[in-house]
Amino acid sequence: MRFEWTVAWRFLREGGAQTVLIIVGATLGIAFIVFITGFLGELQRDIVQRTLGVQPHITVKPVEEVARALRGGIAEPGDAAARGTAAGQVLADIQPRGQRLRSIDQWQSMVVRLRENPDVVAISPLVSGPGLVTRGDSNKSLAIVGIVPEAYAQVTRLDKKLIAGILRVDPGDVLLGRDLADDLGVEVGDPVRLSTPNSTGDTYRVRGIFDLGAKNLNQLYAFVGLATAQALHALPGGVTSIDVTVTDLWDAQRVAADLGRSIPHLVESWITVNKQLMVALSNQTLMTRMIRVTFGMVVAIGVASVLMVAVVQKTREIGILRAMGATRSRVLRVFLLQGALIGLIGAVLGCAAGYALGRLMSGLLRSADGTQLFIARLDFPLYAYTLLGAIMLGVLAAALPARRAARLDPAEAIRM
Amino acid sequence: MSGTRPQNSDAPPVVAMHGVRKTFNPGLPTEAEVLHGIDLVVQRGEFASLIGPSGSGKSTLLNLIGLLDWPSGGDYLLNGVPIGAANDDTRTRARLDTLGFVFQFHHLLPAFSALENVMLPGLMREGRFTEAGRANARALLTAVGLANAADKRPAELSGGMQQRVAIARSLALAPDLVLADEPTGNLDTQSADDAFALLRRFNQERGCAFLIVTHDPRLAARCDRVIELRDGIVEHDRKVLAPAQSGV
Repeated sequence: MRFEWTVAWRFLREGGAQTVLIIVGATLGIAFIVFITGFLGELQRDIVQRTLGVQPHITVKPVEEVARALRGGIAEPGDAAARGTAAGQVLADIQPRGQRLRSIDQWQSMVVRLRENPDVVAISPLVSGPGLVTRGDSNKSLAIVGIVPEAYAQVTRLDKKLIAGILRVDPGDVLLGRDLADDLGVEVGDPVRLSTPNSTGDTYRVRGIFDLGAKNLNQLYAFVGLATAQALHALPGGVTSIDVTVTDLWDAQRVAADLGRSIPHLVESWITVNKQLMVALSNQTLMTRMIRVTFGMVVAIGVASVLMVAVVQKTREIGILRAMGATRSRVLRVFLLQGALIGLIGAVLGCAAGYALGRLMSGLLRSADGTQLFIARLDFPLYAYTLLGAIMLGVLAAALPARRAARLDPAEAIRM
Repeated sequence: MSGTRPQNSDAPPVVAMHGVRKTFNPGLPTEAEVLHGIDLVVQRGEFASLIGPSGSGKSTLLNLIGLLDWPSGGDYLLNGVPIGAANDDTRTRARLDTLGFVFQFHHLLPAFSALENVMLPGLMREGRFTEAGRANARALLTAVGLANAADKRPAELSGGMQQRVAIARSLALAPDLVLADEPTGNLDTQSADDAFALLRRFNQERGCAFLIVTHDPRLAARCDRVIELRDGIVEHDRKVLAPAQSGV
């Protein structure tokens, strides 16, 4: 292969401006592919995190209660007709049950079991139920959520979303969202009254104010201590759900399915809960993939046409190499290698340029709240795949010119 | 690499052709038989010229001998081995091992230096640039008087110098036969004489056979043997007397 390498490398160097131009083209194309891929991944992660607010990757909840007819035989309404006209037939009218607030059965041992899963990063048990917050004449309905602050912060990054006060929920403390606090006209240290259908309520002191990035989310939640919420919702010692964070956001669906098999409760991933969001993201991914494929094809066509021209330019040289004793397969490999080299160089430069572009754009693009929209990361698997893909693409693009070079008739090529 | 190769009279001739024919575009309305049964034997160490008017089939015959084209009929033995119908890879390997080429328009690879051009056949055979190959190439360049131009690119050399590099390259792997197609056709008289003298010298020093296609009767007369082709057949094939004095 040394002969092929040497000749391929010299041919490329001899190409001069032609080679430089195609490498610049390949670099630009690959840089954009790298940038778009990294950018999109980070951007979607960001969108999901912002949209979900305090929704976890995976939620474990009690299985919904279903009403069952006491008389056997007609449990499923659809069966009724099929069962025909047997004597003593009973036509049951089954009303679906209202779902009351219930605790997860043996949630302590579920937490232990969840921890055993290698994909699980953080676990936070919580109690959530309906309630009212009152200050003076104004009442707002909302969800009163009991949390263990340290665990909850791991799952939802609530600590990062506090804009006033501290993340602490001692007995008598409450955390409110920014917009709700504005509606009620309260600040950190002010008292509010929390009540639930099960409790006439008590006075709580605002310990912190958070901003989840969306008005409706900021009006939806009030966070109190786990024990406090258990008392408010009349669920002593119980939790209504367990929030779970997994290593990879996009892998949540699979992990949820895994967990669902080992835990006798309802396990839902954010993907199931937010179907619309996921559809939108999938469409975005599809569009980006099309753009990337198009870029790749443009690069490949560029490489192919430059090499095609090179074959014509070097007809005599190919002829002399063949006459001197280079086999067809050697000539073929000389040109395939040129494609691979262009791909390799383009990929190395393109990865560097793509990363630089990502850094630049992450500095420029800001979201509404002024934070970085995404953070450029050194994504080594992406670079490895890009390198491999670009080399393969280069070889593929060189296939046609290489075949043409290999098929040249040496006698005719020399006469030219 | 150096020294005269043993002239074993039992060794088969380098080239032995019997009734070789070549037809272009067979089966088409433009079908044309260019060679009508060539009988030709080139012995080891011979210094022969091939002459004839344009269209007589010189280049076609040279391509057949050089394994660059397939004969339409007849037998061709290279070093006693039938090669006329062999596959492309076998013929390519035979070109590398037994033949050298010098073309009218020198055809060096512009991306390689003069020295590297001479080393290319070695690179092809060994798969890498060897020290032995480098030393051999240097010796050949010195022999053609271009020791100082070893690192120059072909574009920096005059036509005559390029042709001398091409001659050195054709001898890099000590071939049994060098085929030269109008090697001096593109050179001025002085350069042409120099190039021809080189061919003659390598023939005498290394015992390698030469077959030189030329239009120039003056050069042909300085060879040991003149083969004259006319209308696709060998019309004359004669030994030239006392060639040594006129050659160098």
